[in-house]
Amino acid sequence: MYKILEKTALNSSMTKMVVEAPLIAKKAKPGQFIIFRVDEFGERVPLTIADYDTEKGSVTIIYQKVGASTMLLDTLNEGEYILDFVGPLGVPSELEGYKKVAVIGGGAGCAIAYPQAKALYKMGTAVDIIAGFRNTDLIILEDEMKAACDNLYLMTDDGSNGNKGFVTTALENNIKNGVEYDLVIAIGPVPMMRAVSMLTKQYNIKTIVSMNLMKRNVTYRAMEQTAREKNCRLINNVEVN
Amino acid sequence: MAVANMCPTRTPMPEQDPNVRNKNFDEVATGYTAEMAMNEATRCLNCKHMPCVSGCPVNVPIPEFIAHVRNGEFEEAYSVITRASSLPAVCGRVCPQETQCESKCVRGLKSESVGIGRLERFVADYHMQHNTEKPKKPESNGHKVAVIGGGPAGLTCAGTLAKMGYAVTVFEAFHTAGGVLMYGIPEFRLPKAIVQKEIDGLKDLGVDIQTNMVMGRVMSVDELFENGFEAVFVGTGAGLPNFMNMEGEGLIGVYSANEFLTRINLMKAYKEEYDTPIIRPKNVAVVGGGNVAMDAARSALRLGAENVYIVYRRSEEEMPARNEEIHHSKEEGVNFKLLNNPVKVIGDENGKVVGLECVEMELGEPDASGRRRPVAKAGSNFVLDVDAVIIAIGNAPNPLIRSTTKGIEANAKGCLIVNEETMQTTKEGVYAGGDAVTGAATVIKAMGAGRQAAKSIDEYIRIKSVKE
Repeated sequence: MYKILEKTALNSSMTKMVVEAPLIAKKAKPGQFIIFRVDEFGERVPLTIADYDTEKGSVTIIYQKVGASTMLLDTLNEGEYILDFVGPLGVPSELEGYKKVAVIGGGAGCAIAYPQAKALYKMGTAVDIIAGFRNTDLIILEDEMKAACDNLYLMTDDGSNGNKGFVTTALENNIKNGVEYDLVIAIGPVPMMRAVSMLTKQYNIKTIVSMNLMKRNVTYRAMEQTAREKNCRLINNVEVN
Repeated sequence: MAVANMCPTRTPMPEQDPNVRNKNFDEVATGYTAEMAMNEATRCLNCKHMPCVSGCPVNVPIPEFIAHVRNGEFEEAYSVITRASSLPAVCGRVCPQETQCESKCVRGLKSESVGIGRLERFVADYHMQHNTEKPKKPESNGHKVAVIGGGPAGLTCAGTLAKMGYAVTVFEAFHTAGGVLMYGIPEFRLPKAIVQKEIDGLKDLGVDIQTNMVMGRVMSVDELFENGFEAVFVGTGAGLPNFMNMEGEGLIGVYSANEFLTRINLMKAYKEEYDTPIIRPKNVAVVGGGNVAMDAARSALRLGAENVYIVYRRSEEEMPARNEEIHHSKEEGVNFKLLNNPVKVIGDENGKVVGLECVEMELGEPDASGRRRPVAKAGSNFVLDVDAVIIAIGNAPNPLIRSTTKGIEANAKGCLIVNEETMQTTKEGVYAGGDAVTGAATVIKAMGAGRQAAKSIDEYIRIKSVKE
């Protein structure tokens, strides 16, 4: 049983939970995930580790209330317990050796992009975060992202935060203004990731996209994946994780 | 001794009707009554040279336990079996007896061999139903041993060591111990309550079972030693599914048997009250000819599939599945497509499976395994209309422990290298057994390896303690 230490609503559909899991916190690395099961009847659901605190012995997860299991998870409150919480699983992201990286998050994808940016920034890499949301009410993790990069570009589709445009708008601007990225990490909806990789292909910048958000119902596949040494393939210049 | 019962056929095993059982997950064979067991026991000739015992990987004293059954001394029979086997209720159900003990039975030369597996199962079930005594917790010897993996090998190693007084902790990656007995073999062949009873018995012996522990990730083997464990047993099994590497295997509707069965067995997807998602295909092709393929095919039937095909590239004779499972599958309505090899999975515009293209095969010269090599017949390709394909062509060992531990070596197939006498790996203090060492094999072999390793671990710790 794993105790919920904190629970915070990030916006109307996304929630952050800090869970007591000292052994996982001790070993977690960016790019890894956990599997939770709320109760005996629940499915096994993988979620990216958004943050971890070795001293507090806690692991942070961020989830979007989209399916039965995340809804069920959301019925639990601070002080209550999750039945199963397994990790850290998956191959950690290889982040060494880059000078300047653009980390791009789209909507809920920011929850997965953020720990990558944080890890890079902590290693001394120059990091720009470009985060896109449909509107200003949906913005999540603004303070956390600000603290994990040199420049944060917050874009909204409808301009309701005063900065209208897509993530690709900001990315192309920076590239045209002479910012030299040696890596772009893009995590968000597939059309966003496609647009980013088409843009970076023109400039021949190495790009990593994540298919994590698409992995629904991955009860077992997630376990299989951890067992595989490295499960990714290169499509054009894009490494699909 | 009384004259043997010379009936040429075995006492029949009571079973659910095929057309009833292919719609439920309850156990297929319902087990002998005491009367049936005693009758079958009288078919044993009690041969002096005991050929059956030599056919058993752990040398259960078969004629001795059967003699007790014959006399109605079922608890005595149980004590005889457990001198050699730790999981009789499991092995009585899932051992490939026809290639082991029963293949050596003298009665089998001219008629049917004695139903040794059925008798073992009866004795174990009798004990479970009638024994109320909980095992006494042995006196502690003050030494700690870690077991990685709570499957048949690990549980047996843990139980054997616990009985010697060791403080044993089992680290299990899933939320429940049991390994393949829980996630792989279906309820209708091995009720999970039986596996749970075996696990509860270990807990009564003082074995500590830590679930949700993916060792190698959450804790390394070296950290176990740092935490005071004096020896480690690795029984991590073979849970990494092999695929055909054919076109279309990435389509929606292609599953590894491992995933399909885990969702059903461990995650109880077939029960209304569980949230676990599962496909309920109408037409399914299961690729492979082993027990896992039969399990997947029969599970698909039980989930409501109308047409279930077993696609196997050799003939029935070469099928590695137990005879009983092949027989039961046919009875239940599984359609056997023998001497057929899949070549590609066909998908629609949405990436969903709509067919499996196969090619007919014929048998050529024997290959390295001694089985005749199947060769494709040119131009014989055809398409099976299916909406799901389940790949059941074997599993490789889980690589996590060896890839995260320095000094533990494996062969080209990923099987851990051990000294076959002691089960010690290439790293001091680390032992291994079961499918992690052999590749996918049988429960009884894993159990035997777990016992053997426990004995070596005991010896290793004793010698080490004297030196210190």
